[in-house]
Amino acid sequence: MTLSRKMLLAASLAPLLVFGVLAVVLYFGLQQDPSTLPSVLIGKPAPTFALGPVRAGDTGFSRDDIRGKVVLVNVWGSWCGACKMEHPYLMELAAGGAPIYGVDWKDDPADGAKTLKMMGDPYVKVGNDQAGRLSLDLGVTGAPETFLIDRTGRIRYKQIGPITPEVWRGTLAPMIAKLEQGQ
Amino acid sequence: MSRRPAPRALAALAAMVLTAMFLTLGAGVAAAVEPDEMLSDPALEARAQHISKELRCVVCQNQNIDDSAAPLARDMRLMVRERLSAGDSDEQAKAFLVARYGNFVLLRPPFQPNTWALWLGPFIILGVAGAALVFASRTGAVDPADDAVEDDPLS
Repeated sequence: MTLSRKMLLAASLAPLLVFGVLAVVLYFGLQQDPSTLPSVLIGKPAPTFALGPVRAGDTGFSRDDIRGKVVLVNVWGSWCGACKMEHPYLMELAAGGAPIYGVDWKDDPADGAKTLKMMGDPYVKVGNDQAGRLSLDLGVTGAPETFLIDRTGRIRYKQIGPITPEVWRGTLAPMIAKLEQGQ
Repeated sequence: MSRRPAPRALAALAAMVLTAMFLTLGAGVAAAVEPDEMLSDPALEARAQHISKELRCVVCQNQNIDDSAAPLARDMRLMVRERLSAGDSDEQAKAFLVARYGNFVLLRPPFQPNTWALWLGPFIILGVAGAALVFASRTGAVDPADDAVEDDPLS
């Protein structure tokens, strides 16, 4: 019976087919980094907040400070190694006029102040979020993370991990330029 | 006097090692909730722990926040308790974290268009495989012996 021969051929090809489908799925699936989650907050308004100071004698950082401005809000901590790697570049960007604001996350304000004294202070304003309340509202999973917020107070982009020259030139700088031009 | 440890001492040592092992095993299962986090209302606390078991620790990914000792998991546990104390339902408390971290925080993904394949996939595969098996056994193609006989010219 020729029919059964065809069936046999189909049956023997089935594992190959399954393998092919799996290979394609895994090829794409395994390239995704599970530690970088897309933010659900993109396009949503930034939460309201009022953080206490990090620098001695400072006023801290609140939502009103960034109203009507295109800004970067950088979540960092004195305990965070990757932030220390990012820090010199933030200094460079701040020197070039980039509007960077800081959230000192899960940190003793004194430790945060010490880091800024030692490594320089790139922030227009910086506040302490020791309790992690604002960072939780922002869906922060680790430091450093940087949020791009537009004039209307909406979150436009979330950079997970340090801002590198590639990220700045390729993504953040063009987005900031566009947002500042746009409105 | 022999320098070898007496059998009784060995047995005691073994018992100690086993006890230590069981104790550490037990510690691994215990929740990471600290006493100072707990709510005074036992009913509310029970709800908080139940919800916490369904929420993913976003920094340790395959642990729920009830089990995780990560500082962020603690913040999330406290937030769940804060929401419940403020009168939120279980679903509202979960939705609060989903709004910030996405569906990823839910250890049990919701049934929605982009998870249909995830939920239904296994059943579809089982169905297709079952149908193929039934079909193949009916036509007799599974048994190579059948085929061999048919291949034989009449002799």
